Amino acid sequence: MIWGVLQFPGSCDERDALHACEVHGDGARLLWHESRDLDGVDGVVVPGGFSYGDYLRAGAIARFSPAMEAVAEAAAGGMPVLGICNGFQVLCEAGLLPGALLRNVELRFRCHQVELIEEGTGERLSIPAKHGEGRYYAPDALLDEMETNGQIAYRYAEGHNSNGSVRDIAGVTNERGNVLGLMPHPEHAVDPLTGSTDGLRVFERMSGVAA
Amino acid sequence: MLIRPKEGILDPQGKAVERALPALGFEGIEHVHVGRMVELEAESPEQLGELCEKLLANTLIEDYEIQTL
Repeated sequence: MIWGVLQFPGSCDERDALHACEVHGDGARLLWHESRDLDGVDGVVVPGGFSYGDYLRAGAIARFSPAMEAVAEAAAGGMPVLGICNGFQVLCEAGLLPGALLRNVELRFRCHQVELIEEGTGERLSIPAKHGEGRYYAPDALLDEMETNGQIAYRYAEGHNSNGSVRDIAGVTNERGNVLGLMPHPEHAVDPLTGSTDGLRVFERMSGVAA
Repeated sequence: MLIRPKEGILDPQGKAVERALPALGFEGIEHVHVGRMVELEAESPEQLGELCEKLLANTLIEDYEIQTL
C-alpha cells in the first residue's frame, strides 16, 4: 500500500507520518496542499499540526484546499483516509467525519502518553497525545446513531480522557469506515525507541479498509 | 457577525473568565460566554447567512447572528 501524506502550511507532523507510512506500507510520499493530484496513492494521511495557523477554527481553512477537495472525492470512492489530531479537525470541518473538536476542558495544551481502547476488539493501545483542542463533541442523538453504526473507533481508557471528550471518544469513523480520525498520534508510536509501536495497529486497520 | 458557543455546550473559556471576576470585585455576573466578532464590508448582505453557514461558524457547536450597520 502506497500512502500519501498531505502537507499544509503549518503542518508539523507530516515527517513522522511519512516515516510511519514507510514503516507500515510499501512507500509513502508527501502531497502538497495546492495540488489536486493525489499522485496515485492508495491511502491518505491528513497529519497533525496547525494548518493555515488554525485561523478561525482548527481545520476550518484547510478543508478548502485543492488537496482536500481531491481527498473528499477519493474518500467517497472508498479510499482509506486517516486524520490525526489537526487532520481529525480538518476531516470534521470538511464534513467527512461527524462531530467537532473543542477547546480542552481545562484550557490547557496537554502532551502525554495515553491509553486507548479500540472499540469492538477491546485492544489497548499506548500512544502519545498532544493537543489544545481535542474535546470531541457531537449532539447526543448523533452519538447514539454513531454507536449503533459502529462509528466509534477508539475511546480513552479510564483516567485518560484529559480533554473532556463526550463518552471518552478519542477517534471516530464515517459510516463506511474508510475515513478515520483520532486526536492521539499513532505516527509517533511506530518504533520501540520511542516506547511503543502500538501506533502501527492504527495504520494496519486502515490498510484493512483498503483491502 | 457575532459567533458564540451554542447554548448547552460547555464553554470553558467563558467559565474561566467568570471565575476570575469575583477576585476583581465584580459580583453578580453569570453565564459568561466568549465568542468572536467578524467585521466586514459586503456589497450584497444577503449572502452573509450562507457565508456564516459555510465558513465563519461551525453550526454544530456555534450560533451566529448578523448585524448590518
